[in-house]
Amino acid sequence: MSGFAFNDLSASFGDKRVVGPLSLEVQQGQHVALVGKSGAGKSTLIKLLYERLTHQASLVPQGLGLVNALPVFHNVFMGQLDQHPLWYNTLTLIRPFRKDRDIIGTLLNGLSISEKQWVPAASLSGGQRQRVAIARALYRSAPMLLADEPISALDEPMAHLVMKALTDQFSTSVIALHDVDMALAYCTRIVGIQDGRIALDQPASELQAADIMALY
Amino acid sequence: MLSYPTVRVSLLFLAIAVAGLFVADIAITTANPWRDLGQFFIGVATPNFFSTEGLLTALLRTVAFGFVGVALGSFFGFLLALVYRLLPVRIFCAFIRAIHELFWALIFLQFFGFHPLTGVLAIAIPYAGIFAKVYSEILEESDPEPSRLLPPGTSAIASFLYARIPDCWVQIRTYTAYRLECGLRSSAILGFVGLPTLGFYLESSFSQGMYSDAGAMLILFYVLIATMPIWVRPKLLPAYLLAAPFFLGEGFPIVWGNVERFFTEDIVPSPLRNGEGLAGLSSWLGDVMITEALPGIWNTIVLTQVALVATGLLSLLAFPLISKHFGGPVRRTSGHVFLVIARSTPEYILAYILLQLWGPSMLPAVVALALHNGGIIGHLIGRQTNAIELRPDAPTGFTRYSWELVPRVYRSFLAFLFYRWEIIMRETAILGILGIYTLGFYVDSAIQNIQFDRAMILILITASLNIGVDVLGRFIRRKLALQTMPTC
Repeated sequence: MSGFAFNDLSASFGDKRVVGPLSLEVQQGQHVALVGKSGAGKSTLIKLLYERLTHQASLVPQGLGLVNALPVFHNVFMGQLDQHPLWYNTLTLIRPFRKDRDIIGTLLNGLSISEKQWVPAASLSGGQRQRVAIARALYRSAPMLLADEPISALDEPMAHLVMKALTDQFSTSVIALHDVDMALAYCTRIVGIQDGRIALDQPASELQAADIMALY
Repeated sequence: MLSYPTVRVSLLFLAIAVAGLFVADIAITTANPWRDLGQFFIGVATPNFFSTEGLLTALLRTVAFGFVGVALGSFFGFLLALVYRLLPVRIFCAFIRAIHELFWALIFLQFFGFHPLTGVLAIAIPYAGIFAKVYSEILEESDPEPSRLLPPGTSAIASFLYARIPDCWVQIRTYTAYRLECGLRSSAILGFVGLPTLGFYLESSFSQGMYSDAGAMLILFYVLIATMPIWVRPKLLPAYLLAAPFFLGEGFPIVWGNVERFFTEDIVPSPLRNGEGLAGLSSWLGDVMITEALPGIWNTIVLTQVALVATGLLSLLAFPLISKHFGGPVRRTSGHVFLVIARSTPEYILAYILLQLWGPSMLPAVVALALHNGGIIGHLIGRQTNAIELRPDAPTGFTRYSWELVPRVYRSFLAFLFYRWEIIMRETAILGILGIYTLGFYVDSAIQNIQFDRAMILILITASLNIGVDVLGRFIRRKLALQTMPTC
């Protein structure tokens, strides 16, 4: 199963309700774009979903959550720490195995950052960091993707490359996006969020960019 | 000005210290203090490095005890840091670090004798308590996000190794290196209770008036500390750690009968040992309190408060010495040299030297504590002012000092000062061993009189006093919202 249906999703900061209550059902095979103004509640909704879907979903959070002191390779490898025994993980920390080096090298090559494989995450630029977090999510290869503004720091050709890789590999995804054209190009369904509630929910094929701009 | 809480707290502490000066004994009792001081400086200026081969051995032993003690302390401190959130662990760590290295050494000497284990444990135990606290603070500050993103089913150890440790590794390494420096100082002063480190040779050359030998030792010690970045290299560290245990010396074998007797007889309060029951115990405790503990506590507190304020004044006077906002490169370099010497001389050695020269009173202790701690805080604050960019038309001279710099660094100055409050009190208590009437004096005399039961009670009282000051210091820092970091 890699779709989900949740009722009564809601979150508050102190007294202030920021999301919901709302219901969201996503079927396997759907690529859902969350659109809406900053502060509408998209990030909080992604967090709520990840809390419930931890076992099935790869997450690309807005803060990226990289370990700055570790090289790119290890940051990506962390996506599969659960797949190996402790001795294997510990040895990898000191000296990675060829098999993993090859797999992760190919993955990074696809995102055009293979030359940074052994560089600590701390010394990367914003766009490079974002691609490392994406590589980690791809490497984890969970059935579903939850991503919060995964292409905000990328130039246009790179953004297309990343959106294609994400929607190709994950059969189901929920991606918060600022860029309306990207949302229409790569997602199958658009969910507009306004003041913490769903204000729009339609297949991408039935929408124009102008319809979405009404939310902003 | 009085409306600032930081100013009011400072004035309160200043008033307490001034009142303390009236009741404290701060006389110079030797006939010719300045001549002795002059002779000592001549000794330092004409060091004799070749008088005995004992000097190099002492240096080697000092390094060996420092390395083994700090290594064990950091290992066990790290393990304790992992469970530091448990209250019993926190209390245990607060307790073992509230007892000074020299007190631990005095305790172990009674049953292990002059065995290397005495010196190693005397450093390792209090350091484990300090490491546990600081490591746990560093670990707590690491970014929690990466471990939240790990796939479920990741083992706790793998998660710790990947998402926690790398994030704090640099801080842990820096702090451990700093503690290693402290460990070398602790190791040096263990010589004063008879272990074969620098302090032992310093004391014997001093008592024979061989100031040039003493000077040679001090100079070697400064060189040892100052060159640490050169000879302590990550790649060489495993070699040092493997070799260090073999350079601790033989000492004397442990007599296990002594160990048993110490725990089953020596430290049992004498009325209980003699079967005098609870009535005997309470009158014995009352006697310890009135004749030893209370005068010791009083003197320790008075001296601590005076030394704390003296430290503060000295730091405020000293930080311009290394600040880029004053003077040229020549002044700053000599300022650095002065502060390095002030802070790398253990306060115990400073106090010992000044006591020999000026005679026993609180004055040498205050000067020693202020020089050492003021050197540390002055260095930290001076470095901080170098990060401040003043506007191009900022005033110069004293106006620059009092209007531009002091207001900017005053809060962190107070934070450092209150952080060192507990450390100053720990040192004040221990300086009693040199003959000032603080708690250490009474502990030392009880041990000399083979009354270990009294000594243990007094050590426990000293520990609780330190814990109390630590809690109070943290309370004041929180009240004044002073940021602190585990740097000193």
